[in-house]
Amino acid sequence: MAASVSLFGYWASPFTLRIKWALKLKGIQYEYIEEDLPNKSPLLLQYNPVHKKIPVLVHEGKPLAESLVIMEYIDEVWKESPLLPQDPYGRAKARFWSNFADDKCVPSVMRTFVAEGEDKEKAAEEAREHLKTLESGLEGKQLFGGEKINFVDVAVGWIGIWARIVEKIADVNLIDAKTMPLLDAWFAKFLELPTIKECVPPWDKLLEHNRGFRNILTYAAT
Amino acid sequence: MGEQVKLFKTWSSAFGLRIVWALKLKGIQYESIDEDLTNKSPLLLQYNPVYKKIPVLVYNGRPIVESLIILEYIDETWKQNPLLPEDPHKRATARFWAKFGDDKVMSSLWQILTEQGKEREEALVQATENLKFIEEELKGKRFFGGEKIGFLDIALGWLANLVPVLEEILGFKVIDKAGFPFLSEWMLEFSSVPAIKENLPLHDKMFSKFRAYLAAAPDK
Repeated sequence: MAASVSLFGYWASPFTLRIKWALKLKGIQYEYIEEDLPNKSPLLLQYNPVHKKIPVLVHEGKPLAESLVIMEYIDEVWKESPLLPQDPYGRAKARFWSNFADDKCVPSVMRTFVAEGEDKEKAAEEAREHLKTLESGLEGKQLFGGEKINFVDVAVGWIGIWARIVEKIADVNLIDAKTMPLLDAWFAKFLELPTIKECVPPWDKLLEHNRGFRNILTYAAT
Repeated sequence: MGEQVKLFKTWSSAFGLRIVWALKLKGIQYESIDEDLTNKSPLLLQYNPVYKKIPVLVYNGRPIVESLIILEYIDETWKQNPLLPEDPHKRATARFWAKFGDDKVMSSLWQILTEQGKEREEALVQATENLKFIEEELKGKRFFGGEKIGFLDIALGWLANLVPVLEEILGFKVIDKAGFPFLSEWMLEFSSVPAIKENLPLHDKMFSKFRAYLAAAPDK
């Protein structure tokens, strides 16, 4: 089966990282196309006319967008090393936490990233609240998947990197080791796994990129 | 298998309605608990501590929340009358559009209602753009699910129910036959399916509710 898999992505995009992780964990060979985001390729716009965003997965000529949708697709087509559990309730919980992270953790961390002064502290407090809630999803386990990583670990793990970057650039506390010891330990454990670690861009490159990104965002807001 | 299925919802919530439709289509008996959102029951808060919202499905004593997640749970637990198609790409496509409906279409329609003047015009342009994508996705099919209604029909079913109410309040059509021949037809077909028809909030009740909501909303 010479079925081709292509991934359109951006090196610094956490949503692209999710897909890279999923493909790697399942041992899927793919062609990677790096998009220049200020200058999106005609092919990307053709494949994702609705959102015009990366990541886009193309499999057997058919494109898919939206990273969590793509992750479920990958899990259904390539059945080895399953990401979602088998039982419906476990699957519902996994979907819940992945969506919670995107709905609540991500925007609140972003708001912390671009805010200043008192607003920044308020935003950080809200982000910490959501991260604390996320911690409860671990149900005391070391990984969301228990002994092995699962869908949620792959979907949410990147926040461990980005939150640290935001902490450094914006000078705030987000992943508080004292109040969220389990979450803190989970991020550390997940990000140290070789398969995971190999896909993460270099820290200093990410830091530099996000500093620049923040400047653009805060400048645009003034 | 006499295990009770409970659904916490409200009479008008589009999200709760999705679950009613899914349960009806699969012939699943359930106990319905209508919540007063100004006075949420302790049980609801216990079952959905994170969001404190309806709908909540409880089965085997365990709660499932977030309507699209509940739909998938129902489809995986009760296998008769499958809602999602077999093919992974078609499943992914259905999920994509369901998400688009919730993330983009809903808010853009709501904006038409809540905005005035130039902002309203802009909101209408945006909503029309979004709806055109949905129209395109439907093209040539009787339902989004093909010959029978499926996951995406249920996920977008709120259009059939809410848009006529919004249009009556606004005094103009948003989904008109000329611009949206397929979607217009789908709205009628969808509403005629017995399981749906028997489980639609009354138009007049919805109209009153939205009118009151808008009247109470603070001026911008």
